Amino acid sequence: MAAFTVGDVVAERTVHLTRESLVRYAGASGDFNPIHYRDDVAAEVGLPGVLAHGMLTMGIASSVVVAALGDVKSVLDYGVRFTKPVVVHPTEGADVHVLAKVGAVDEESARIDLTVKHADTAVLVKAQLRVAL
Amino acid sequence: MNNDLVGREFPPTAPYLVGREKVREFARAVFADAPLHTDLDAARALGYADVVAPPTFAMVIQDHTLQQLLAEPDSGIVLARTIHAEQRFQYSRPIVAGDELTGQLKVTGIRALGGNAMITSEAEITDADGAHVVTAISVLLVGSEAEGEAA
Repeated sequence: MAAFTVGDVVAERTVHLTRESLVRYAGASGDFNPIHYRDDVAAEVGLPGVLAHGMLTMGIASSVVVAALGDVKSVLDYGVRFTKPVVVHPTEGADVHVLAKVGAVDEESARIDLTVKHADTAVLVKAQLRVAL
Repeated sequence: MNNDLVGREFPPTAPYLVGREKVREFARAVFADAPLHTDLDAARALGYADVVAPPTFAMVIQDHTLQQLLAEPDSGIVLARTIHAEQRFQYSRPIVAGDELTGQLKVTGIRALGGNAMITSEAEITDADGAHVVTAISVLLVGSEAEGEAA
């Protein structure tokens, strides 16, 4: 594994989500909460639209890092706070931008800080994935 | 919110057999394109017995434990008013197709926040030998008109 230096960009990617992406994640994960695929239900509970699953956004962010690392063996922990929803428009979808940078390095591990944005707004905060060196 | 929930432990969930095609399906759903998730030869070249699940796959087993919590008659938790506020995973090893996993949930904290409640729970996920695989920690915000990401 290459050495990690604080500030280095580990990976960066924009993922385009559509309603199909949400249905696919619902099926794969077993999370069938209708706010992730039904506009009427989303409106009923006061949401601005159908939302991406928070766990889908969290999963995309780690996928971007793992693709750069090539393996998951070194992943020690991964945590996020969900702050803003990703509203997925029925025809236009939604873009999620992931930027992964080395935030800290100690003798045993490196902390990779993830900046995850939709429409220039952070949707995850304190998104950190720690890997063993 | 029912503070008696703190410290409550639930029985282990029924063993979940991680299937190869399920791992591939989940990997595709989270845009996980590293070859070890879908390509058997790539996974074996890295020393795994089968394809390797993406890090957040543990949620599939954790979800079975959270269903137990939601089903508690005295939980005071209404799904429609529940928001997933935080999530964390602490890994001992990756999940690999062929694993038979069991989750055991414990409610570790409840904190009032305005008219809402933050419930922290930990699901310890172990394999068929009883060895620790991953601990999944969730913070659920239960209340009304709360902001954040819907669960």
